[in-house]
Amino acid sequence: MSRTEPQALLDATGVAKSFGAVRALTDASLHVSPGEVVALMGANGAGKSTFVKIITGALRPDAGTVLIRGKPAQVGSPAQARRSGLVPVYQEPSLIPDLDVADNLRLGDTPVEPFRHWVSELGIEGLRLDHMIADLPLATLRILDLARAIAAEPDVLMLDEMTAALPTDLVEKVLKTVRGQADEGRGVIYISHRFTEIQELCDSATVLRDGRTVGDLKIEAGAEEQVVELMLGAKIDLGKAAARARHVNEGAPRLSARGLAVAPKVTDVSFDLYPGEVLGVVALEGQGQDEVFEVLSGFRKATGGTLEVDGDAVSFNHPSQAIAKGLTFVPGDRAEALMRERSVRENIALPFSARLRDWGPLKGRQERARVAHAIEKLQIDTRAQGEVQRLSGGNQQKVTIGRWLAHGVETLLLFDPTRGIDVRTKRQIYPLVRELAEQGAAVLYYTSELEEVPLACDRAVVIFNGRVVDVVDAADADEQTLMRAAYGLTEAKAAS
Amino acid sequence: MSDTRIHAEAAEERGLVRLGRFLRDNPVIPLIFFLILLIFAHFYIVMPVRTGRTGALSAFWVNNLIKFAIPLAMLAACQVLTMLTAGIDLSAGIVATIAAFVCATLSPLIGVPGAVAIAMACGVVVGLVNGFGVGVVRVHPLIMTLGTGLIATGCLQVYQRFVISTGTLVPEFLVWLGTGRTAGLPNGLFLFLPFAAFILWLMRFTGFGRLLFALGSNENAAKLSGVKSWQVFLALYALSGVIAALAGLLYLGMIRTPSLQLANPLLLPSVAAAVIGGTSIFGGRGSFAGAIVGALILRVIDTMLTLLQMPEGARIALFGLIILLVTALYVRITGSR
Repeated sequence: MSRTEPQALLDATGVAKSFGAVRALTDASLHVSPGEVVALMGANGAGKSTFVKIITGALRPDAGTVLIRGKPAQVGSPAQARRSGLVPVYQEPSLIPDLDVADNLRLGDTPVEPFRHWVSELGIEGLRLDHMIADLPLATLRILDLARAIAAEPDVLMLDEMTAALPTDLVEKVLKTVRGQADEGRGVIYISHRFTEIQELCDSATVLRDGRTVGDLKIEAGAEEQVVELMLGAKIDLGKAAARARHVNEGAPRLSARGLAVAPKVTDVSFDLYPGEVLGVVALEGQGQDEVFEVLSGFRKATGGTLEVDGDAVSFNHPSQAIAKGLTFVPGDRAEALMRERSVRENIALPFSARLRDWGPLKGRQERARVAHAIEKLQIDTRAQGEVQRLSGGNQQKVTIGRWLAHGVETLLLFDPTRGIDVRTKRQIYPLVRELAEQGAAVLYYTSELEEVPLACDRAVVIFNGRVVDVVDAADADEQTLMRAAYGLTEAKAAS
Repeated sequence: MSDTRIHAEAAEERGLVRLGRFLRDNPVIPLIFFLILLIFAHFYIVMPVRTGRTGALSAFWVNNLIKFAIPLAMLAACQVLTMLTAGIDLSAGIVATIAAFVCATLSPLIGVPGAVAIAMACGVVVGLVNGFGVGVVRVHPLIMTLGTGLIATGCLQVYQRFVISTGTLVPEFLVWLGTGRTAGLPNGLFLFLPFAAFILWLMRFTGFGRLLFALGSNENAAKLSGVKSWQVFLALYALSGVIAALAGLLYLGMIRTPSLQLANPLLLPSVAAAVIGGTSIFGGRGSFAGAIVGALILRVIDTMLTLLQMPEGARIALFGLIILLVTALYVRITGSR
């Protein structure tokens, strides 16, 4: 039983899984040694989620072995996987909303004191155990999930897009804590789309493509290129904005906000959005950008300030009024925007029937043509005919954008359109947004990933603590500048 | 599964899964199969047991089956349409009764056309109240339609006191529609076939129909696309009221004696017919064709139980059990609710 390397905490080899005739995994493997943080990477459709489900015991593999501490893992169920030492933290919070924190801990047999310790270590102050889960913000819930997982003292922690909904200050705390866990000899599987975090946190990366592990590599300078190359099977570059003529705003703004306020979060948001322009919105989580987009799209009324569309003062009571003014909204959460059980075509064509006068017979031919145009334009993979829920996340996101493309775009409000989708789809979305602007559309583009701003935007407004604190030229803004602005570090300058 | 490869090769999935999906998209096919099976069972198992000889499928029997399935299928249309939006119309039964009663009692007083118009108007009013409650005040459809149904029941009893002495008259053309036959088939089909064609067309080929599916699948997505849901709910429940009133008039012609309970016993079977027909009570999925077959199935079962001379209690219990079994089997095969 003597092996040269220290015994792996988790050792999955040759894992295969088919669903009917479809091979989701053919030969996936993953090794996690004590003290190691391994990034598990793969574009959408690489088989990552299937692999995760097998490792955590939610699915049974057709072939291959999963060993935890050298013992065949009896992963019949997630509970068994947990007992055997692997604790996952998923993207969706797993706490029960209608119970308070203490009850949730009791359900999972989580020791309270270590839990409290880790919660405050992770940067959440003043948590009371009698808080109802439903009343807590998403970011807090994710931290609670993580604290609960760490308090269970697992051998292997599995974190799935842990930092996706977190503000930057919490992200840093999370990364530090996770690193600390690894330094104590635990193993960590870290799943993320964010290269910067992976570079900061992880020791090695395991890359999946088309259902097999195509590479294990050490994370070091320049690894990013290599990982992307492995993931896509072809060389790409993400970090360069395509050279383009600098856009000059002229004429009257399409959309003009003055002193927009939404109590209590938004206090003073002013900006002008011109036709032909992509205006970025830079903000940390929860600075009021959600509310601003809700006002612009007609989901919520502003409590102060004015909004003008093409020079006319407007105030929307319902999204239909915003749409009538040409303001169309793509929300950050795809589940909000899609009818999962209906077809791609019906999803895209939904706005065509919205108005009372469109309740009559469907205009079949016209609808087909416009839907087909949007599908072609966005390169939506519609081989999966039928329900939208059978599409991959990236393709679902394209459907939500395609809906407005088919409808006709005047002013497009994009709220974090690339959240949680793969690199390839992201790289299709930037040029599309640029092209829409070049054809005369005005685009407001909020993104939670700062490196996207120079890629997609002309200018960017920075919102901090409910106020617009800065307007930057996006084309030559580097990430550091944006980051400083997002943290409100330029506020003094803007105020003077 | 978010894996694109799985979608690409979805067509090659295992046979059973494929069958399930096919049936889910075409719920009518297994239902028709089941209906035929039931009819065979009726003639070759139930009839011999009761009468000692196998029965024969007579034109009379078919005529009766269809005749009594028609009002049930029309009320089932109310349920299918409202269930598409994750709603239900529990006032449909009493609306049908009111329409029938009002028509029969007003006909001697103000003449047939006026009576029919007022009967239909009653359906519209109850439907609009339902639509207002569901769409504007946002009361749960179950509670809303239950409430309006009870109020309407009360109103009917009050109304009855005023017209107690006038006597009743069932309009001639309703009797013709309800009991007459043309070429061996019930005249009710003259009303029902255009009606069914209209409902099927409405669900599939109009913007309104698409919005019903949209509201049931994801109301937020509909709102995002500019749909004012209260408009849809108002129109939907008003339409449901009209259909229920129409079904009530037809039923009046069939039974020919108005009562305060006339169509009420059809309410729960109409829900059952919709559910058996593959309509999801959670919204977003449903088929009127399925509900029609569902109504026929329920009628055959009812005939069988009558023939078996079961006591009323056992009949009702068995009826419920069969509905549960059929639904469970259906869910099992198609993997949908």
